[in-house]
Order: sequence, then structure tokens, then C-alpha cells
Amino acid sequence: MAMSDRFLPLSHHPERATSETAPTKAVLIAVAGLFLGAILFFPLVTVFIEALRKGWGTLFGTFADPDTLAAIRLTLLVAAIAVPFNAAVGLAASWAIAKFEFRGKNLLLTLIDLPFSISPVISGLVYVLLFGAQGWLGPWLDQHNIHIIFAVPGIVLATVLVTFPFVARELIPLMQSQGTSEEEAALMLGASGWYTFLKVTLPNVKWALLYGVLLCNARAMGEFGAVSVVSGHIRGLTNTMPLHIEILYNDYNFVGAFAVASLLAGLALVTLLAKTFLEWRFAGELAATSRRH
Amino acid sequence: MSVPVRVRNLEKTFGRYPALKGVSLDVEAGELVALLGPSGSGKTTLLRAIAGLEQPDAGQVLFGDIDANTLSLRERRIGFVFQQYALFRHMRVIDNIAFGLRARPRSSRPSEAAIKSKVLELLHLVQLDGLEARYPAQLSGGQRQRVALARALAIEPRVLLLDEPFGALDARVRKDLRKWLRELHQRTGHTTLFVTHDQDEAFELADRIAILDQGRIEQVGTAAEILERPATPFIDSFIEGIARREAQARDRTKPHVVASR
Amino acid sequence: MSFLPSSLRQPSALPGFGLALGFTLAALSLIVLIPLAALVLRAASIGPADFFAIARDPRTLAALRLSFGTALIAALVNTVFGLLIAWVLVRYRFPGRRIIDAAVDLPFALPTAVAGISMAAIYAPNGPIGSIAQQFGLKIAYTPLGIVLALVFIGLPFVVRTVQPVLEEVESDIEEASALLGASRLRTVFQVVLPHVYPALLTGFALAFARGVGEYGSVIFIAGNIPLVSEIAPLLIVIKLEEFDYGGATVIATLMLAISFAMLFLINAIQGWSRTKHGNV
Repeated sequence: MAMSDRFLPLSHHPERATSETAPTKAVLIAVAGLFLGAILFFPLVTVFIEALRKGWGTLFGTFADPDTLAAIRLTLLVAAIAVPFNAAVGLAASWAIAKFEFRGKNLLLTLIDLPFSISPVISGLVYVLLFGAQGWLGPWLDQHNIHIIFAVPGIVLATVLVTFPFVARELIPLMQSQGTSEEEAALMLGASGWYTFLKVTLPNVKWALLYGVLLCNARAMGEFGAVSVVSGHIRGLTNTMPLHIEILYNDYNFVGAFAVASLLAGLALVTLLAKTFLEWRFAGELAATSRRH
Repeated sequence: MSVPVRVRNLEKTFGRYPALKGVSLDVEAGELVALLGPSGSGKTTLLRAIAGLEQPDAGQVLFGDIDANTLSLRERRIGFVFQQYALFRHMRVIDNIAFGLRARPRSSRPSEAAIKSKVLELLHLVQLDGLEARYPAQLSGGQRQRVALARALAIEPRVLLLDEPFGALDARVRKDLRKWLRELHQRTGHTTLFVTHDQDEAFELADRIAILDQGRIEQVGTAAEILERPATPFIDSFIEGIARREAQARDRTKPHVVASR
Repeated sequence: MSFLPSSLRQPSALPGFGLALGFTLAALSLIVLIPLAALVLRAASIGPADFFAIARDPRTLAALRLSFGTALIAALVNTVFGLLIAWVLVRYRFPGRRIIDAAVDLPFALPTAVAGISMAAIYAPNGPIGSIAQQFGLKIAYTPLGIVLALVFIGLPFVVRTVQPVLEEVESDIEEASALLGASRLRTVFQVVLPHVYPALLTGFALAFARGVGEYGSVIFIAGNIPLVSEIAPLLIVIKLEEFDYGGATVIATLMLAISFAMLFLINAIQGWSRTKHGNV
């Protein structure tokens, strides 16, 4: 028996037929690793290095600046409005689309995804054309002393538009794969529509909802292009954190810019960590198909 | 508690495909009736229409004297056991069974203690004592089926409807459950309809059998009536296997199972 | 469904359809559709003569050419390396694989302005990579090359995440069959395995490209923003808006959207054609 192995050269490389040789593998892994290191890791690490260039004192000094604090507050406020709103829309849209059959469903799906294929700058521009000084409603708003562009409402609207599809996208495929029989069972047992939604549907999609909210929140807090167009860059009033980074950077206050950037980079890392945890722990409860973008 | 069910000229079309073409059926209070037919015969559509899960295009369903159309889904008080059970996957067995009681408006909701004792009683009835803290994913197919049944019974249903109750189970479990369901029905006495494509199951279990084909009821009767006088050539061929086995059984022993009731 | 002219929806026992759809449509209209319609109406009200005057302006043309050109190159780079990374992540087991897998999504999570200033710092003439490149006479930051690098960063996860699940589902039996028929490993990979992945690869390319065309935050810090040289189309829109030239901004935005949608349509058509040719993959 031991002898026969020698005459079966393939048995020494049982994987050869459907895999690469070890050196090829090593080279491919090395190339992929180097590329990712240069393109992804290096910029991330640089944020923290630059933020700490002048030590922790300067870093914390940035966060004592009232304009920086105002930017942080505004970013939190905008996300606190945009994310729950889009979560509510995502839940409503996925209930209608996943649990019912109706005409025009595919069109509706396409329209919900539309903001993903529009430049953020254009997402801001459309609101300027509507509400700006020379926009359709501009003169009327001006007469009534309502400020949308160069004010907080415009920033909220632009953020909502840019992050519109995030939650719906996570929920729709999952709810479609779950079908309607649990809801039917709940109704037959005498539950009301709301009770069914809260006690049966929502618990079944809670992790996917959290997943969508995480991504939506990351984008809402980090959005730059759309918000930049409608903000007016008024320090302490209409600057979000990403816009504040730009202002500090253009003032050659690099440490300040990277200090604020490191806060957002930290948020990105937490988001990635939470997202990876959800994918690892609740893979089956996120979606039947691939939930990745 | 149990009421008779009367189905009058039900029509249902999916797109251009007619699923029910004027179906009428009378089920007496406490009776156990099988809806038997090949796939696509309309038996599941009929069951779902009685439940209120499908809106018929025409016709009427009566629970006793009440027109089912005047009742919303939640007012119908129907125990429905889904083919794949549709257990709430994120709830323990005890919460699954208690769901219908807890979902009631506060004024008619029993106390938590009363709910718990009722659930334990039902668990005992379906022979699942001790499994109340399990999740559906931790149960075997047969156990899930019995949880689904207990959940349906918890709301003290007017009518019990079962969609392919043994369809998802393997052959050995099926046989045991069949006998058990028969006994359970004798004890609880609910008016019961169940859908099946399995002739043996229908003939062994049901008081009467309604055989459907292409959206019509071809014949309704007891097992003996159908075996002795099949109404149409379709039924003749559909029950051929049963008839042959019956004949063989009769040759071997005198009192045979099916006609013994 | 289309057989029910009397009703837009099939009857269902579940409640809440009207409420859910109504809320969805209201939000969609107010947030997305009406504002976009405002753009289209504005563009239509400009008049063909003025429209083409702005469209033919050399600065406009240079910006559009730059945006689409750099996005195209970056998407091609990402197609090659995205496929390689997806292959390595799906096929090989090595220490650190999970971390790399998770890190691929970094560009989705990291705000674009953060990536922008960081890459500007790295590739600037006095930055760690920029200074090395400088010695070889290569300028990265404040040139189109810098823009391409920023767009490679932004677009990478689109390709990896589209290809990865498809690669995971390629059955190993076709590879075994190919090997048993005597094909070399290289031939098996390129002629048997990868053809299954091409539609997904094309989708990933299209997504990365579309994202690159519209990208703003990560680009403007590294681009230098010199008119006619390194000024991208989204930035030109911002500049026009700052000059209160709503018409100019509208025309450029309309052109961007029109070209993007035309290209996405073309890519969809290619995919539809390849699907009918190769069966449903």
C-alpha cells in the first residue's frame, strides 16, 4: 500500500487539479495585500498619524474650539433626523414591496435606488434649484423669511436624499425571502395589523434593520458633496464635521483638520467592526441573498 | 364551540387561471373532512378562502349563521396550521402558543397566569411537556407541527383548518401523527378541514372526503361510499391504488380499517 | 397581476398596504423625485442655444472629459485588482483574511473628505509617497493621476463585493471537469471559471465607474482644481453655484446625468445580450 503512493504523483498534490500552486498563491495574496495596504490602510493610518503630529494636547485642543464643537453638534443633529426618517421609509417601503404584489413594483425599486447613481453634488444642487435664492420657491421662501438653503433644513434634506436607499436596500430582499405566512398566522390568531408588525415582522428583521441603520448613519455623518452645496459654510452655524475638515484644511490648520478627521475615521472603524460582527453573528438573519453593496 | 361550515359557489381566479369553479361544500359541526386532490386541483385555495387568506371572486362562506365576509381575518377565530407551520421563529414555544391570547385587546385578554396555565395545558395535550422554553429551530418537524396545532387551538377556534398537515414530515412520523391527530380530534371535537394529496391519509383519517380536480369538487362522501361508488372516471383512477389495497386487505382479514367506522 | 385592470394590486390578507405605499411614495416624491424634476425642468427652460453654449464651453468639456476619463481608468484598475482581491478572499485561506475581508468595505464607511485630505497628505510632493515619486519625476497630487488614485480608493469595494458572491457560487465540478480534460490551470481559470464571473465583473465596473464620475469629497483635496487640467465636473457645478450661475450648474449636471445613464443603459444592454447568449448566469 505504501509503495503504491509513489506511483500516484497526483496524490502528493491532491488540490492541484482545482487550485494554484503554493508559490502562485503566495504571489497573488501578496499582490492583493500590497494593493490593499497602499490604497486602503495607508490613508486610514495617515489620518491618525497626522492628527497626532503635534501630540495629544493639540489634538484635544481642536475639540475645545467652539466651531469644532458646533460642527460635531450639527452632524449629530442631522444624523438624528435623517437616519430615523430613512429607517421609517425603509420599513414602509419594504413592507409594501416585500409583502404585496402590485404593478410598478420594479419601477419603485429602481426609483428608491436612484440616489445611489447620482453625484452627491447634484443631490445638493437639486435643492438649490428648488429652494435657493434664484430657485423655484426661493422668492416665496424669502418673503416668508424661511431659510432652507445655507441653513440646517437644507443640510438635513440633502443628507436624507443621499442616504435614502440604505435601509430599504437591506430590508427588502430579507423580507421578500421571509414571505408572508408568519404575518398571516398572527392575523389568524387575532392580532391586529400593528401588533403583527411590531411583534412578528420587526423582530424578524431587527438585525438587518440595524445593519442598514449603521450604513445609513455612517454615510449621513460623513456626507460631504451634497451638504457642501447647500450649507453656505457658515462657521459655527452650518458646518458639519466633514465641512469643518475642509475649512480647517484650507486654513492650513492640518492638525485640526486631521483631528476632526480622526474622529470620523474612528466612527468608520466602529461601523466596520459592528458591521462585521453582524455579518459574522447573524449572517442568516441579514438576508437570504448577498446583502453587500 | 364548534360550528358547521357551509361553502356556497366559491369562485376564484388567479390571473387567467381559474383555481375554484363554483365550489360548494357542507361540513357538519365537529366533523373531520379531508380535501383531497392532485396538485393544482384547488384544494389549498379552497382552504385559504375559507380561512379568509384568499378573497374569493364570488360565493359565500358561512360559519354557522355568520357570513364570513362580514368578519375580518382576526374576527374569524380560525385555527390555521400552515404547511410549513409558520411558527414565529424568534419566539419560544410558550410564546408562540400564547401569541393569540396576548394579542387580544386588553379588555378580553386573560391574565398572564391564566395564559401560562392554558399554554401548559395545551402543551400537555399535544404531548410536548417540558419543551416550552425551546425555539422552533430546536424542534423536530413533528414537534413543530404539534406546536403549530397547539397555537391554533389556543384561541378556541370556531373551525380548525390544516394545510397538508403531514406534508413536511417523513413517512414514519406521518403515520404516528395521523393516529394521534385522529384521537385528538375525537377529544376536542373541532370542526376540522385538512388538505392532503395523499389518498391513504384522507381515507384513514377523515369522516368524509371531498375529492377535488381542476377547481371542482368531484365527489363528497365517506371512504366506503367513495370506494363503492366512485362518481366519475377521474375518481375511479385517482383512488385506484387505495381500492386495490382495500380489496387485498379484505381478502386477508375481515373487518377492514377504512370502512370500520 | 397584469390581468387585474380593476386594481393595481393583488388582494392580500395583510393590512397596511395603502399606508406603507403611501408613506413611501410621499417620501420618495418629496425627497427624490420632485427635486430631480426641478433639475430637469430647469434644464428644459434654458433653451437649446444657451444650453449648447455652456455645454461647448472648453472649461465644461475639459471637466467632463476629466471626470469621465479618470473614472474610467480608475474603474478599469479596480476591475483588475477587485477581481484579484475577490479571488484571493474566496479561494485562499491565510492569516488575516477576515481582517482584509472586513477592510474592503472601508471606503463605504470612511467619509470622503477624510479620505481626501489623507490621500492629499500622502501623495503631496512633501508626503511619504509623493516625495518618493517626485524623485522619479512623477507628480501625483494636483494632477489627474491623483484623481485616479482617489477614485480607485472610492470604487474598489464595488467590484470586490459584486464579484465575491458570484465567485463563491462557481461549482468546483466544472473546474474538475476542465482539469480532467487535460486543461492547464491557467486555461481552466480563464476559460472555465472566469466567464461565470464576467457579468458580475461588468456590474462592479459599472458601479465603480458611476460612483467615480460623481465623486467629489475625496477628489477635490488631491486634485489641485486647476481649470482645464484637474478640475472635475462636480467641482465645476459647485463653482457655478457659488457664482449664482444656476443655469451653468444645471447644464453640467444634466450632461453628467445624461452621459451616466446612457452608459449604464449600454452596460445593461451588454449584460442582457450576454445573458441570452450564455444562458441565465
